[in-house]
Amino acid sequence: MTAPSASANMRLTKLPALDVLETPPLPLSKMAWLKFQRHKMALVGVGILVLLILYCTLGAFVFSEKYANYNDTSIAMQPPSLAHPFGTDVIGRDILARTIYGGQISLLIGLVAVMLETSMGILIGAISGYFGGLVDSLLMRFTEAILIIPQIFLLLVMAKFFAGDIPDISILGREFSGSVIVIIVIIGLTSWPYLARIVRAEFLSLKESEFVLAARATGTSTFEIIFRHILPNSIAPIVVSATLGVANAITLEAYISFLGLGVRPPTATWGNMLEGAYNYIENAYWLWLFPGMLILLIVLSINFVGDGLRDALDPRSRAV
Amino acid sequence: MTRYIIRRLLQGIPLVFIISILLFIMMQNMGDPLATMGGRSLTRKEDRERLARQLGLDKPILVQYVFWLVGNDWTKVDMDGDGIAETPGTRKGALRGDFGYSLVTRQPAMQMILSRLPNTLLLMLVSELVVIIGALVLGVYSALRQYSLLDNLVTTFSFIGYSMPIFFLALAAMYIFAVNFKRWGLPYLPTVGMFDPQVGETPGQLLVHMILPIAVISVNSFSAYSRYIRSTMLEAMNQDYIRTARAKGLPRREIVFIHALKNASLPIVTVVGLDLPFLLGGALVTERIFAWPGMGRLFLDHVSRGDTPVVMGIMMLIAIAVVIFQIITDIVYAWLDPRIRYE
Repeated sequence: MTAPSASANMRLTKLPALDVLETPPLPLSKMAWLKFQRHKMALVGVGILVLLILYCTLGAFVFSEKYANYNDTSIAMQPPSLAHPFGTDVIGRDILARTIYGGQISLLIGLVAVMLETSMGILIGAISGYFGGLVDSLLMRFTEAILIIPQIFLLLVMAKFFAGDIPDISILGREFSGSVIVIIVIIGLTSWPYLARIVRAEFLSLKESEFVLAARATGTSTFEIIFRHILPNSIAPIVVSATLGVANAITLEAYISFLGLGVRPPTATWGNMLEGAYNYIENAYWLWLFPGMLILLIVLSINFVGDGLRDALDPRSRAV
Repeated sequence: MTRYIIRRLLQGIPLVFIISILLFIMMQNMGDPLATMGGRSLTRKEDRERLARQLGLDKPILVQYVFWLVGNDWTKVDMDGDGIAETPGTRKGALRGDFGYSLVTRQPAMQMILSRLPNTLLLMLVSELVVIIGALVLGVYSALRQYSLLDNLVTTFSFIGYSMPIFFLALAAMYIFAVNFKRWGLPYLPTVGMFDPQVGETPGQLLVHMILPIAVISVNSFSAYSRYIRSTMLEAMNQDYIRTARAKGLPRREIVFIHALKNASLPIVTVVGLDLPFLLGGALVTERIFAWPGMGRLFLDHVSRGDTPVVMGIMMLIAIAVVIFQIITDIVYAWLDPRIRYE
């Protein structure tokens, strides 16, 4: 660490002014937080994100899920009013209540799909980068093969493939359309290649470093070298990629649902609320405006947070 | 160089094979193409069996794949259902450019795809051109005037444009420029198809119908490009050779456009080169919303009916284009930057 940045650390952490060399280096998380705070748009993003999460969770106490799925065709296609602030949809469901429950599913899909994507990406990237050789070239060919087809095409084909008769599932007393699982799985299965490449590149450079050599010399098992020694050192790009991945997964879900191959009603998502809305573009703007705005807001805020994290976690800029 | 190209081509071929096998397997569960062949009435059971036999859909998947890949004119197929293969096959296979007949329209799949290709390319190439020119102008301007008002505006709007799902943008654009302009009595833009059937297929009609879809596609991909150009340009402007050029008193125009932009555009060439083949697929959502008769819509229409030959044809076309464009991009890159050598 260079002298100026070390003194900058001291200033911000209010350490007693000791010898510069004796200042303990800040842990990554602390330094990242200090840098993250300086990224104004990232803080705005966190703010919007928290509000949206509160909207989806607290809103569930105001409206029941039964109400969100209750349809009354006599009040179909009503413009926003006091009784229905976001209006009603084509078969007379309250759009406000549906955006609340739809948001929960959209968030769920985003988070779980990213977990799947990240674990696959880490596993394949780590194996490929650490072992190299034939395993590496086979796995990388497979990765390239998936990257070659545009993701949305692949998703549509897979959505059709898995769209058989998947029964509805109930978790914690709530019914979910089985298609939620399908969407999560296919988004996870098609999104990992980028992350796998990043992880592989990190492993390629880190496996040659001295601490890995030392670990190997003391007889540490391969499993432990990969997951306890190398992986924590390559966590920064993984965190950034996973954050942006949530926004990506939510957008992808919206795309597939918009094209009619996604999550099936009555389970609402922000994406499938938009399906068919363009047929009513002339006389019912509220059908697409509210769910569309929510998707835009969540994607925008996650992208801001991801951008802030990228700056904060970049090891090349140590200056706080 | 020739050896490098040959090696890259040889590496690309197995890739395309892996993709074709993966996709072909997935195609088998894509819905029932025979269900709609009876027209309005339900397809009868004996018709189903006959059609499946004649179309080769009753064969094991491996055999179907081989027939798709190399054709079946080297063997005989059973057409009349007596269990004896007697009729010589007629399919030539994908390797010889025959992607089979569409199960829905009974036309050659490749012919259907190629008839849609110009529409998609028209839309996509024009928007790519708009995006590149626009992003170059604004990206270079933002980099030269970093943190100026316009730079901040461009940065903010490109962030929003990047995060904006394309269907939301399209619906909003339709609502403002078509629905509300009509309501306000202003000249409004058409939203459906390529031509107004009452006016006919005139170039003017085409132009008017292209405005909204192109605007929507452009805003979305413009953001990524302008951010990218801004950062490579900023990097180039901080190089030593720019300071040297300034020190020896070169005019600013020359420094920016000849010294900085030329070097900054190298990474952009890569991005454009890798993006180009994906234009083939068109913008699925944009083509769907604006009812543009391109390849994206062809894909959507036929994926839902389980029409394997057409869907496979589109996917393979894209896959091959991607592999070839990756190689071309690498070659162009080496040609532009003599420091890069492939051996």
